[in-house]
Amino acid sequence: MSLSAVSVRQVSKTFARTRQPVHALHDVSLEIEAGEFFGLLGPNGAGKTTLISCMAGLCRQDAGSIHVLGHDTRSDYRAARRSLGVVPQELVFDPFFSVREILRLQSGYFGIKQNDAWIDELLSELDLSDKADHSMRSLSGGMKRRVLVAQALVHRPPVIILDEPTAGVDVALRQGLWHFIRRLNRDGHTIILTTHYLEEAEALCGRLALMRSGEICALEKTETLIRQFAKHRLTVRLSEGGFLPPLLAASAQALPDVERSWQWTLDELSDIESVLSALRESGCRLEDMSISPPDLETAFLKFMDNGVEETA
Amino acid sequence: MTEFLTLLRKELLRFWKVGFQTVCAPVLTALLYLMIFSQVLDNHVQVYGVRYTAFLIPGLVMMSVLQNAFANSSSSLIQSKITGNLVFVLLTPISNVQFFVAYLLAATIRGAVVGSGVLLATCWVGGLNLAEPLWILVFTLLGGALMGALGLIAGMWAEKFDQLAAFQNFLILPLTMLSGVFYSVQSLPAFWQELSRMNPLFYLIDGFRYGFFAVSDASPWLSFGVALGFTAVIGLLSFILLVRGYKLRT
Repeated sequence: MSLSAVSVRQVSKTFARTRQPVHALHDVSLEIEAGEFFGLLGPNGAGKTTLISCMAGLCRQDAGSIHVLGHDTRSDYRAARRSLGVVPQELVFDPFFSVREILRLQSGYFGIKQNDAWIDELLSELDLSDKADHSMRSLSGGMKRRVLVAQALVHRPPVIILDEPTAGVDVALRQGLWHFIRRLNRDGHTIILTTHYLEEAEALCGRLALMRSGEICALEKTETLIRQFAKHRLTVRLSEGGFLPPLLAASAQALPDVERSWQWTLDELSDIESVLSALRESGCRLEDMSISPPDLETAFLKFMDNGVEETA
Repeated sequence: MTEFLTLLRKELLRFWKVGFQTVCAPVLTALLYLMIFSQVLDNHVQVYGVRYTAFLIPGLVMMSVLQNAFANSSSSLIQSKITGNLVFVLLTPISNVQFFVAYLLAATIRGAVVGSGVLLATCWVGGLNLAEPLWILVFTLLGGALMGALGLIAGMWAEKFDQLAAFQNFLILPLTMLSGVFYSVQSLPAFWQELSRMNPLFYLIDGFRYGFFAVSDASPWLSFGVALGFTAVIGLLSFILLVRGYKLRT
């Protein structure tokens, strides 16, 4: 049996600081295989960051256990932390040091004395080479975010956790970052990603866990999840003065912000033909038409709105 | 070992990079104390048979050691907590022992650096001897470690800068000011003498001063025992809090 990159078993966590205790995690179990690109999705407050914090040792679970590459995060925390690189969600930095100083210090924290070759490669990959000797204070938000990524990777961890790493990063840099992360994944690193950019998760993650109210409510391959909860959509825009007969309108949804535009959700792609022939027979003339494939965003929204029961 | 040395180096760099504020400013403060008190009292007061100014210098040096050792660990921890960058240490395999010793050692070194600065800036006054230099070293190390550990507790406990300021203003400052920095406790009324003897910082300052003049209010061995005991208790308490992740790990 192969060793899981991360094994989460029946983990629960309650924050009791306020009068009303918050059950952040409830009996969460999860296996992430080595080499996976795994997505952890859910609305704000679902428990994603708490789960990641428990994996990283920033938060201590009340019950259950977490192993990183077989190392218990409580009893064997030093080995577990050596195996893990975490990009935190918050944009935090140490104002006393330059980018290179920070990366050297971070290397030292992991017991690495000489790491300049890898630090230079990281700086180059993350387009930070010309900022190496700049103080952290002088960097833009996007640059600080990239330094966080470099800090997480400085000890070449086999398991990398990215907690919303592209928040506030511009499109070009985001593409560069994903190109780099994909390369790391191809090289055998396990990637665990949380993001609110669902198109990123769809493009990158092979498997997804959807979290809601501290529980994992779906755990599937990305394509299975999309197929299960999202469908093709046909959108048409009628010509000026066009009118959709009531019988057809009953099966469609009017798009609120676009005049004379209607959308059909199709059980099968072949259903397009029957909609189009009905439109033809009704004498409707089309100004525009498009077909949208099933996507993660639609699946996610449907899943969260409908409160679908566990599919895992 | 590299993990520990890196954290220690980072803690030392942190105060050294702002040395004007962390080293020069407390030296200047001590110098001002010396100038004012020596102007007013030097011609009128002798303690242990030495000039008041010479008596005052070891007290000022030790006060600087204590206050700056406390400031180093407490301010480093609370700044890292509030800005959030403590996460970069908490995510690493640095053990609790390494974390504890690195913070304590950095605090002690800063205390010793500032104390040496005060000594260098004030020794021109004259009248100082190095009667028992080993005691000077011992009490410097104990004072730095005790206040470094207390600073760790304060840094863990405080969630805002004003809470740390309260800890500093209402506990550390009175304890240092009322510990015999500016006077011999034997010149106090009996009640205040007894009260002073309940202050652990009194023993640190008195023992430290013994190293210069070979005279003190209490036996240096008693001072050593009390200081060692308090350092052990406060050190153990701060280490337990650290292991439990008190206000560091949720």
